[in-house]
Amino acid sequence: MILGVVPLTAYLLVASVLFVCGLACMATKRNGIGMLIGVELVLNGASLNLVAFSHYGSLGLDGQIAALFVIVLAAAEAAVALAIALNFYNNHLTIDVDRADELKH
Amino acid sequence: MEAALFAIYALIVCGSAIAVVISQNIVRMAMFLVLSLGATAGLYFLLHADFVGATQLLIYVGGTVILLIFGVMLTASAPYASIQNSPGELLQGGFLAVAFFAVSVASVLAVDWSQLGQEVRLPQDSRMGHPAPVQGYETADAGNTSRPIGMALLGVRVDDIASEPVPEQTATPGETTGHPPVTPLSGYLLPFEIISVHLLVVLVGAAYLARAKRRPLSTERGLP
Repeated sequence: MILGVVPLTAYLLVASVLFVCGLACMATKRNGIGMLIGVELVLNGASLNLVAFSHYGSLGLDGQIAALFVIVLAAAEAAVALAIALNFYNNHLTIDVDRADELKH
Repeated sequence: MEAALFAIYALIVCGSAIAVVISQNIVRMAMFLVLSLGATAGLYFLLHADFVGATQLLIYVGGTVILLIFGVMLTASAPYASIQNSPGELLQGGFLAVAFFAVSVASVLAVDWSQLGQEVRLPQDSRMGHPAPVQGYETADAGNTSRPIGMALLGVRVDDIASEPVPEQTATPGETTGHPPVTPLSGYLLPFEIISVHLLVVLVGAAYLARAKRRPLSTERGLP
C-alpha cells in the first residue's frame, strides 16, 4: 500500500536540516541568545521527527504526545535560559559566552 | 497538492534555518526563527497532527519568540549586538555541521522506510496469516487528534478504545485485531502532572533569576 504523496524520508531530511542548523548555530554563535536559538532549532527538528514517525510508523498518538512534551520543555528551557542570560548581562554588561568563565565577578 | 504544500513548507523551514545560522544580527536571527517555527507548524498540519501544530503556533511562535525578542531588546546594546568570531572558529563549526549533516543524511537514506509503513498499514487480507503487529492509530487520516490527546493526558486512551472491537458497536469483521488489552494506566496522567509541576518550578525559578537586584542597598543596611 502506498504511503501517500510525500515519503517519510522527506520529513526526516527536513528534520535533519533543522537539527544541523541548530548544531551549527550552537557551535558558531558567541551570542548567548544565538545559542539559545540554536537549541530551539534542535528541539524543533527532534519533535518534527517524532510527529513524522507518529504519522508513518507504529507509534500512534505516543509520538504526538512526546512532541507536545518536547514543546513544553523547550518553552520552560527558554524561560530559564533567558533569565540566566539577563542575569549574566546585568553582571557583565555583555552576553558573549566566551566571557562567561566565572560564576560571579 | 500535498506534495506542493510540503515543498513550500520545507523550503521555508530549511531556508529560514540556514538564514538563522548565516545572519549575524541577533534580531534578524529571531525573525528567521519565527518563520522556521511557523512553517514547521504547517508541516505538523500536513502530518495530520492538528493539536501539535496548534500548540506549536501558540507556544513556540507565540510565547518563546516573544520571550526571545524581549531578551534581545533587554540585552542588545550597540557594541555587543553582533559579536564576531574568528574565521577559524567559523571553519570548525561549519566543518562540524557538514560532517554531521552527511552522517545523518546517509543514515536516513540507508534505511528502507517503506517496510515500516507496510508493516503498520497492513492490507486486510494478509492479516490472517501471521500474528498482527501493534497497530498505529487508525484515525490518522482524519486528523482529529485533540480529543484523544486530551484523554490520553487524563490517563485514558480513547484511540485504543475506539479501534478495539466493541461488541455493541457492531464493528465490521476485518477491522482491527490483536490489540493489547486497554488498561487505564496506558495514558499519560503521571507525565502530565510532572510536567505541570515542572512548569510551575521553572516559572518561579525564572522569576527568581531575573529579579531586580537591590543587593548593595540591603548589604549596607545589613551591616551593623
